[in-house]
Amino acid sequence: MISARGLRKSFGDFEAVKGIDVEVRRGEAFGFLGPNGAGKSSTMRMIASVSPVSSGELRILGMDPATDGPAIRGRLGVCPQEDTLDNELNVFDNLYIYGRYFGIDRATCRERAHELLEFAQITEKAKAKVEDLSGGMKRRLTIARSLINNPDLLLLDEPTTGLDPQARHVLWDQLFRLKQAGVTLVITTHYMDEAEQLCDRLVVMDKGRIAAEGSPRQLIDAHSTREVAELRFGVGEHEALAEKIEDLGERIEVLPDRLLVYSDHGEDVVTAVLDRGLHPIATLVRRSTLEDVFLRLTGRSLAD
Amino acid sequence: MALLEGIPAPLTPAAATKVLVLRNYVVYKGAWKLFITGFLEPVFYLFSIGIGVGQLIDTFEFHGEAIPYAEFVAPAMLATSAFNGALLDSTYNVFFKMKYEKLYDQMLATPLSTGDIARGEITWGLMRGSVYSAAFLVVMALMGLTQSWWAVLALPAAILIAFAFSAVCMAVTTWMTSWQDFDKITLAQMPLFLFSATFFPIEAFGDGVLRWVVEATPLYRGVVLCRELTTGVITWESAVSVVYLVVMGVVGLLVVRRRLDKLLLT
Amino acid sequence: MGSDMASDTTSPTPSAAPARPARPTGSLSAWEGMARQYDYWLTVLKRTWRGGVVSSFLTPLLYVVAMGVLLGGFIEADPDQLEGATSYLAFVVPGLVASHAMTLAVSESTYPVMGSIKWHKTFFAQLATPLAVRDLVNAYVAFVMFRVASACAVFMLVMAPFGVFATWWGPILAWLSQVLVGFAFTTLVFAYSAWLKSEEGFGLLFRLGVIPLTLFSGAFFPISNLGPVLEWIARLTPLWHGVSLSRMFCVDQIDWALVVLNVVVLVTLTVIGWFLAVRNLDRRLEV
Repeated sequence: MISARGLRKSFGDFEAVKGIDVEVRRGEAFGFLGPNGAGKSSTMRMIASVSPVSSGELRILGMDPATDGPAIRGRLGVCPQEDTLDNELNVFDNLYIYGRYFGIDRATCRERAHELLEFAQITEKAKAKVEDLSGGMKRRLTIARSLINNPDLLLLDEPTTGLDPQARHVLWDQLFRLKQAGVTLVITTHYMDEAEQLCDRLVVMDKGRIAAEGSPRQLIDAHSTREVAELRFGVGEHEALAEKIEDLGERIEVLPDRLLVYSDHGEDVVTAVLDRGLHPIATLVRRSTLEDVFLRLTGRSLAD
Repeated sequence: MALLEGIPAPLTPAAATKVLVLRNYVVYKGAWKLFITGFLEPVFYLFSIGIGVGQLIDTFEFHGEAIPYAEFVAPAMLATSAFNGALLDSTYNVFFKMKYEKLYDQMLATPLSTGDIARGEITWGLMRGSVYSAAFLVVMALMGLTQSWWAVLALPAAILIAFAFSAVCMAVTTWMTSWQDFDKITLAQMPLFLFSATFFPIEAFGDGVLRWVVEATPLYRGVVLCRELTTGVITWESAVSVVYLVVMGVVGLLVVRRRLDKLLLT
Repeated sequence: MGSDMASDTTSPTPSAAPARPARPTGSLSAWEGMARQYDYWLTVLKRTWRGGVVSSFLTPLLYVVAMGVLLGGFIEADPDQLEGATSYLAFVVPGLVASHAMTLAVSESTYPVMGSIKWHKTFFAQLATPLAVRDLVNAYVAFVMFRVASACAVFMLVMAPFGVFATWWGPILAWLSQVLVGFAFTTLVFAYSAWLKSEEGFGLLFRLGVIPLTLFSGAFFPISNLGPVLEWIARLTPLWHGVSLSRMFCVDQIDWALVVLNVVVLVTLTVIGWFLAVRNLDRRLEV
């Protein structure tokens, strides 16, 4: 569906994407992970065929965005990071008119619009103004709109940013159903739980490059341990204590408020710590997540 | 490949323009009060300046013929309201849609191109403007302010004025970065409106350079063209005005297309 | 308010029936309430005054040149036809400045007021401090009036050398009457904007209010040219009272009884506008 070789994007002197290779197959859910400024959105805009490729090769659905932009866009669904709904139109017309932009005939457009209102669970808001919708409803409308043309490939840029937990779960469910229906999904996110929930395969991007690639499980196996023991001591003690228990895990990370000990057997670490006469204020043993991978690969300092 | 059914090839330019006009029509349907009142502004000016101030003035000479003041001002109002309408549509409205509503970004996620957007917006503006111009012409005719059947051609003339300014103003808007820049638009709009021989004859500028400068400005060409048509005094100048405005519009359109590509497709 | 009535009869708790929260008059003195917003408005002024130059000075100046000087050149200077003015320029300047005071007052109290309520929600932020609704209205009106008064003053000063004023003291009184026009329109339009839900209403206000008032309130031609019926309608508009005052003082043809009438009308409108503005803003901010 998507094939990129040495894909680059630069804005003047600034290079946002520094040569990436990506292959997305039909029917899979593919994720781009990365901190802000990693180049995810620039990549997405190139895939959406609205941003010219600076260099490298990009093929979407077998076509070249430089020459077949309109044809590619006709088969894509795009859900941008910020809702770009048409505030001057009501909810139904947002779907209907948008469908007409694709050249879909009136009757089909109307029918699809009704189906999608149903899908997004906003049928009763059909006549409402966009600005009267809640954040979650707007997001669902944006996603519904991106489906108006029955896309082969759905691009979702940070689909659940700013939503409350209920709305996120509703959305995940809907995206999962789309995947079941055979739609290929490409998702950018910085929520690790989202990536783990939705993506079959993903790449971690950092500073315009791909830092790692694989399924969520593979990435955790490759870049973290099975479990993590979190130990909290008094303020300022962590640095000194870390040296005393260095040997207990594969890796130790010192944070201002706690120590993270990476090990395949978290409970054993805690027992060993207590045996050495150390008394953490609190302990927690949890499974390693993509977040651990992500922070390992992209660092803990703020991106912007 | 059941998913691909019902997705036609990208739209032709004409079909794309039609869809964009439809979008604006759906939006505007709800704002009919604004639509009706938009027609009133030039009528108010005509009654106030043309009739009210006109009582203080005898007649003006135009191409050697003496015409009453109201007949002198009315075609100018036709031309300037086409100009004002086009300017408003293609500056403030386009800027708002581009920067705040991000409307064009969502359109570009579909098979529509920047050229489609420019054509669609301008076509819509012209359609709306021509309804106003036609209504104003009817008012003029009812008040006995048209002197010849040439006046019928004042409608296409007004649309031509609107086209020329829409294209150029939209091009200018693509360089705008903030609302503060719109002061510069006002800075161009007010002098054009007031000094294009709208309310007084071109002779008021004397015979020097100033007069030639004014004669070379686009709105003056539009005003004189309309005045020539409604008074029935056609000269070779009319043809000059038409060519001038056509060229202006086409150049504007080319620039818009290029600039939108640069702005939105990055 | 229906809900208040209902709670009077059915609610078991006596405290559930307060008439209205006592927000419009806050705990601060009116003066203190305005003084605390001085720095805010000073910052706004610093940020926006450049943009104001075009609309405040240049536009009316262009009108004076186009209508007063160039068109005026074609108009016979007959004081009998021009309400006592010795030239069309002298006739049109006091009217233009008065109607300019209106235009400025209206544009400063439409979109910016709605913005402070709906878009940047400045009023909500300000109301989270000891400031009361009344204080917000006062400071806002004071800011707009500063702009109107200074724009009119500069304008009158620029016109002084052109021999359009009959006496030296007339223009000063004329300026005060322009300020009065500003007050009346600022408070009334503020009240309208605080009540209005959608900005579409502003388009109507300009097209059905500001433009006809500018054109038919005697600024460009004597309202007697309108014919008896329309002339009387013109006399009922607030702007005419301002134009009348401004012109009487500038051309020194003063009918003191008319002056009293004009002033009373404008002051009354200002007071009504102020009360409505405070009331409407209070209702709007109470969410």
